[in-house]
Amino acid sequence: MAENYVGKRIKRTEDPRLIQGLAHYVDDIKLPDTLHAVFLRSIHAHARIKKIDTAAAAKAPGVVAVYTGKDVQKIGPVPCGAAVPDMKSPEHRVLATNKVYFVGHPVAVVVATNRYAAKDAADLIEVDYEELPAVVNEEKAAQGGPVIHEQFGSNIAYKLTAGEGDIEAALKSADKIVKQKIINQRLAPIAMEPRGVLARYYPGEQELTLWTSTQIPHLARTQIAIMLGFPENKIRLIAPEVGGGFGSKLNVYAEEALVGWISMQTAKPVKWIETRRENLQATIHGRAQTGYIEIGCKKDGTITGFRYNVFADMGSYFQLLTPAIPTLTGLMLSGCYKIPAIQMNVTAVFTNKMSTDAYRGAGRPEATFVIERAMDLVAAELGMDVVEVRRKNFPRSDEFPFKTATGLFYDSGDYELALKKALEMANYAKLREGQRKARSEGRLVGIGVSTYVEICAIGPSAATPAGGWESATVRVEPTAKITILTGASPHGQGQETSFAQLAADHLGVGINDVTVIHGDTAVVQYGIGTFGSRGTAVGGTAVYLALEKVKDKATKLAAHLLGADAAKVSFKDGKFSGDGKQITIQEVALAAHLARNMPPDMEPGLSAIHFFEPKNFTFPFGTHIVALEIDRETGEIKFDRYVAVDDCGKVINPLLVDGQVQGGIAQSIGQALYEEVVYDDQGQLITGTLMDYAVPKAAHIPWLELDRTETPTPVNPLGAKGVGEAGTIGATPALAAAVIDALAPLGVRHVDMPLKPETLWRIINQHKKAGAA
Amino acid sequence: MNTTKKISLTVNGVSHEHDVEPRLLLVHYLRDVVGLTGTHVGCETSLCGACTVLVDGQAVKSCTLLAVQAEGSKVTTIEGMAHDGHLHPVQDAFWEHHGLQCGYCTPGMIMTAAQILERNPDPSEEEIRNGLEGNLCRCTGYQHIVQAVQCAAKKMAAKTAVAR
Repeated sequence: MAENYVGKRIKRTEDPRLIQGLAHYVDDIKLPDTLHAVFLRSIHAHARIKKIDTAAAAKAPGVVAVYTGKDVQKIGPVPCGAAVPDMKSPEHRVLATNKVYFVGHPVAVVVATNRYAAKDAADLIEVDYEELPAVVNEEKAAQGGPVIHEQFGSNIAYKLTAGEGDIEAALKSADKIVKQKIINQRLAPIAMEPRGVLARYYPGEQELTLWTSTQIPHLARTQIAIMLGFPENKIRLIAPEVGGGFGSKLNVYAEEALVGWISMQTAKPVKWIETRRENLQATIHGRAQTGYIEIGCKKDGTITGFRYNVFADMGSYFQLLTPAIPTLTGLMLSGCYKIPAIQMNVTAVFTNKMSTDAYRGAGRPEATFVIERAMDLVAAELGMDVVEVRRKNFPRSDEFPFKTATGLFYDSGDYELALKKALEMANYAKLREGQRKARSEGRLVGIGVSTYVEICAIGPSAATPAGGWESATVRVEPTAKITILTGASPHGQGQETSFAQLAADHLGVGINDVTVIHGDTAVVQYGIGTFGSRGTAVGGTAVYLALEKVKDKATKLAAHLLGADAAKVSFKDGKFSGDGKQITIQEVALAAHLARNMPPDMEPGLSAIHFFEPKNFTFPFGTHIVALEIDRETGEIKFDRYVAVDDCGKVINPLLVDGQVQGGIAQSIGQALYEEVVYDDQGQLITGTLMDYAVPKAAHIPWLELDRTETPTPVNPLGAKGVGEAGTIGATPALAAAVIDALAPLGVRHVDMPLKPETLWRIINQHKKAGAA
Repeated sequence: MNTTKKISLTVNGVSHEHDVEPRLLLVHYLRDVVGLTGTHVGCETSLCGACTVLVDGQAVKSCTLLAVQAEGSKVTTIEGMAHDGHLHPVQDAFWEHHGLQCGYCTPGMIMTAAQILERNPDPSEEEIRNGLEGNLCRCTGYQHIVQAVQCAAKKMAAKTAVAR
């Protein structure tokens, strides 16, 4: 196979429409006579609904309908696709009925001829609430006090113990045990395009079309069909251009089913577009784990055992994967180290907040953060360098597949290689030398290192709630233009380009001869979607294997047409050669469709479908190194260096991989330094706009010096591991470590994120005062 | 709110005259009345910059300007950046340097980037980052955007040199 495209920095084929403002996100699709829906949402965290008066709203100009919880009882509950043994699962209706459980909980929906009129009318709805005490702190909520879902008797959603090895013996055998409370704060994903739904019901055809901003068009269609009690094959769900997801659109939301239902009631198109305030209130959040670590080590730095006791904040309801997220944390607690015994004890707790769910990394950044912090604390305890303590516990590259005490088999890796490369790029010894000098001058200079492994290519179906495979159809049209239908649902990752690269090389055509179609359930065969760094490693593999099938058939047909033995026919640059004769892929494609001269056992046409089931996850890895200085007067951070070496296996398009890593690191900078969803003691959302929720801006991000090592995975024929979440997993601990290292001369050993200037300024000043006293 | 006000303005060189509610936001006017949906709404509080357009040559956030305030002005949106089938150098540079992923912030980013270069044809990395202060991107981490703006600066300088 000629590699004209694969492995090269190819410009994206999807970009011309995006850079000219010609793409169609949900709100850009205009249908005549569309009605607009606006939601009235709870202003309280926890309250009983005594009365809702919609009379004035119903009479307001332009209003077509107003619905409250009692009007929509026929719509089934919002689904949760994950199951943990003995979990308590509250029924989650599309609109609140008796009680509201979080600020932003939808209480009523107004439908009007335009969105201004709908918003005016929503303001006329009067809700009589009886306020109840809010449950906000997950740790306190587990211990007692007011109960959110009274039928369960407590706020504990489930308790789970995971891990292998004798943890008690392992900790007992240690020379030292290091303990620390560590918080992974609650974050908001903030896709730049908020959620949105447009629904159109044709009563004659009994067809419901839903355009919704989702990462999982097929799974969403199945679930919405169940919620509406309407046949799945009469619903067409389209994920048009989707403006970012990061896990927040890996879900099925109340509004998606409800807007579809309203269209069925009114027989008109209905549109709902989320505002950013709604997005912060009522689109899933991520992280939100309060944990306690215990790590045992020998004097030489060898880790003997690791325990993580964690309170996981579920929010008030389960969304699609809410209860599963802490289980992913449990899987990754071994990091890239040999740890003989690991135990995680999860207490999952309901609180009066928005549900948590999969936010970029989904449980794995939490695990990486705590194990990396633990390694730093061990290094500090033993007076070892943070690099040496890591090296001491790496599995060697010849020890793969490597089994962890969390029950996983890491596919392939060379952790030392990536570490070595990063240390060389950063000139680590020189950085440390500079730090010593700076410290002697009283400057707060810190260096942070994280060596990480993550779990990608999710995943084998046995380990996934709704199927872990992916599908692809490759169609060679009579003119030899190639159409790829992928079950993956890219929303910025660039697979219209990377899949076209695969096809162009495989079938010897130009990249512009290939079209990649995704996201439309009426066009594309059933698929799973894009999340868990699976688009290329699983979705791309399905494409690759479908291409193989097509090429195989084309080769046989070419042999037949050439009168040659198929085994002796070669294919290069779009030409089949055999017996001294040649025939192009274009001629073969036409012959397959004219079907006048086919081998007797061959069907006409030239297309293939493949459903790829991966045998294992993949495990990308790498090293991130950060050097920075804290301004003693302002607490602000000035970056000196940011170096990252990531290994995501074989790379199809390095330009796209760089983009994924850079974006992931920026979101890590958000978690480490700026972002936090804050609810006050009454459960009021304090960070309800982008003024208060601090998404990093361009000036907050340093220049990122990136490189790669390439360790192919044996799990799929592409050798690609996946890269969507590497940045958010590898970077956060390095960033926090650098800040904490800078504060180490002040006696600081841990600070919880976000490490914002105010927090650092207070620490520096407290130390100053203590010194003065 | 039945009172409407007549406004006339040009959008990407085309004259428009409409009766609009005084409270109608410029971004909704552009998207829903004129039908140009390239300008996006990302936050409705003028923080994310997805709605950035040029009004009389100045980059403004069209989600916090009323349509009536744009009376008599010349508005340029992302749809007006390419000319005669040729991309604006900033658009071209965003493509070349992978300065976008999901594309939602991109129209606003491109409008702001063009404005940065109009004010300062040869900005430093720091000046570019500070100039992008009003525009949020959640996908790219900004590095490729910074590179795109640097590249566009070079392209535009070369063009100017040729024109001379």
